[in-house]
Amino acid sequence: MSQLALDKLRERFGAAILETHSQFGDDTAVVEPSAWKAVCTFLREDPALDFDMPVDLCGVDYPSRATTGRMEVVMHLYSISQKHRIRLKARVGDEDMDGAELDSVTSIWAGMNWLEREVFDMSGVKFLGHPDLRRILMYPEFEGHPLQKTYPAELTQPLVEYRTEEEAGVPLQKQEPFGPDEGMSFGRRGLPRVETDRD
Amino acid sequence: MGDVNRSLTLDGSEQGFATTRVDALLGWARKYSLFAYPFVTACCGMEYMALTSPRYDLARFGAEAPRFSPRQSDLLWVVGTISQRQAPVLKRIYEQMMEPKYVLAFGTCASSGGFYDNYTTVAGIDKVIPTDVYIPGCPPRPEAVMDGLMLLQDRIARNERRPGVVKPRLDPVAEAKALVQIRKSAKDPREVLPAIKTEEARSLVERNGGAK
Ligand code: SF4
Repeated sequence: MSQLALDKLRERFGAAILETHSQFGDDTAVVEPSAWKAVCTFLREDPALDFDMPVDLCGVDYPSRATTGRMEVVMHLYSISQKHRIRLKARVGDEDMDGAELDSVTSIWAGMNWLEREVFDMSGVKFLGHPDLRRILMYPEFEGHPLQKTYPAELTQPLVEYRTEEEAGVPLQKQEPFGPDEGMSFGRRGLPRVETDRD
Repeated sequence: MGDVNRSLTLDGSEQGFATTRVDALLGWARKYSLFAYPFVTACCGMEYMALTSPRYDLARFGAEAPRFSPRQSDLLWVVGTISQRQAPVLKRIYEQMMEPKYVLAFGTCASSGGFYDNYTTVAGIDKVIPTDVYIPGCPPRPEAVMDGLMLLQDRIARNERRPGVVKPRLDPVAEAKALVQIRKSAKDPREVLPAIKTEEARSLVERNGGAK
C-alpha cells in the first residue's frame, strides 16, 4: 500500500534506512536508531504521507542479535487521511542492554507517551526526552524488565509476604483438580524450577 | 406482632420448642445471611454477572445482597486474576472485613493462578489471604459456583474452617477414556450405534468411517 512511504524514506534518509521489505502488504523499514526521531518527524509532517495515528509500540528481544542490536523496538503507524500503514523498527542495545536508548517521539505523537513507558517497563529501553519515564504496568519496587529473555520465567516479586503453612494453620497444598503450582495441565509443571531467594 | 410477652413465653402445649447449641444456631443464622463483597478483576466477572442475575436466583441461598464496603460484608468473592500489584489491595480489603468473614475463590485464576504462570500473577489468593472455598473452572459455570456456595454454607453451619474444593460434576478425562473404551471394545462399531439415538448422530458416526 504505502510503497510510496518506503521510497520517500530511502530517498530522503539513504543509508539510515538499513533495510526495507513489503510482505503481505506490510511495509517495513528498519531504521538506524540515531535517525529514529528524524524519520518519525518526516513521516508525520510530509503531506503525502501524513502518518497521524500512532498505533502501537513494542519491544522484541532477540538475544542472539547482540552485535546488531538485541532489542528491536517496533512501531506501527497509520494515516487516517491517506489510509496507509507503515511499520518501523530500530535495533538497540548490546547483550547487557547497554546503549538501549532511543529518542522519544512524544513531541510528535502525544499518544506515544504511555506506549513508550510500556516499552521501558517491559523491555528496558530508555526513551531520551520522554517527559515522565516511569513504569506503567509493573510497580516501582519491581526489579528488571520482564519481557527481556534474560528475565527468569518463574521469578515473581511479590509486594506482600506470602503466607506460610504454619501461619495459616491449614494445609495450603492444593487438592484435586489443582496442582501444587497451577490449575492447568499445560503449565510449566515438570520443568526444572529456577531457584530464587524465596525458595 | 401482637402481644410481646406472650410470644416470648414459649408454651410447650401450644407452640412447641426446640433445643439447639448456640454455635449451631449462630452457624445456621450466618449461612443464610451472607452479605457479599464482589472483588471482580477479570473475565470471570462475566460469569459472576450471570450468577447474580434472576435466572440463577442467588436469593435462594440468602447470598444475593452485595455490599460495596468490606466493613458491611461477610463473604469476599474473589472473582478473576489477582496480579502482584493487586495483592496488597486484596489483603487490605480482607483485613477491613469484620469477623466472621469468609473468602470464596471464584475460578481457576483466583484459586491457583490458572494458566498464568508468570512474573505478575499471584498463584492463588491463598498465598495472601485465608480461603474457604475454591471453585475450579475457567470460568466456572454458575451451577458450579452455586455448588461452591452450598459447600461454604455447609462449612459455616458446621463451623469448619478447613478449605474445600468444588468437585467437577463431570470429569472430562474419565468421560473421554470411557468413550475410547467403548470404541475399542466394540468389534463392529455399529454395535455402539443403537445407543446413539438421533439420525444426525448416527450419520455422523457413519461418515467418520464408523460402519464398514
Ligand atoms: S479463571 Fe479463566 S475466566 Fe476466570 S479470570 Fe481466570 S482466565 Fe478469566
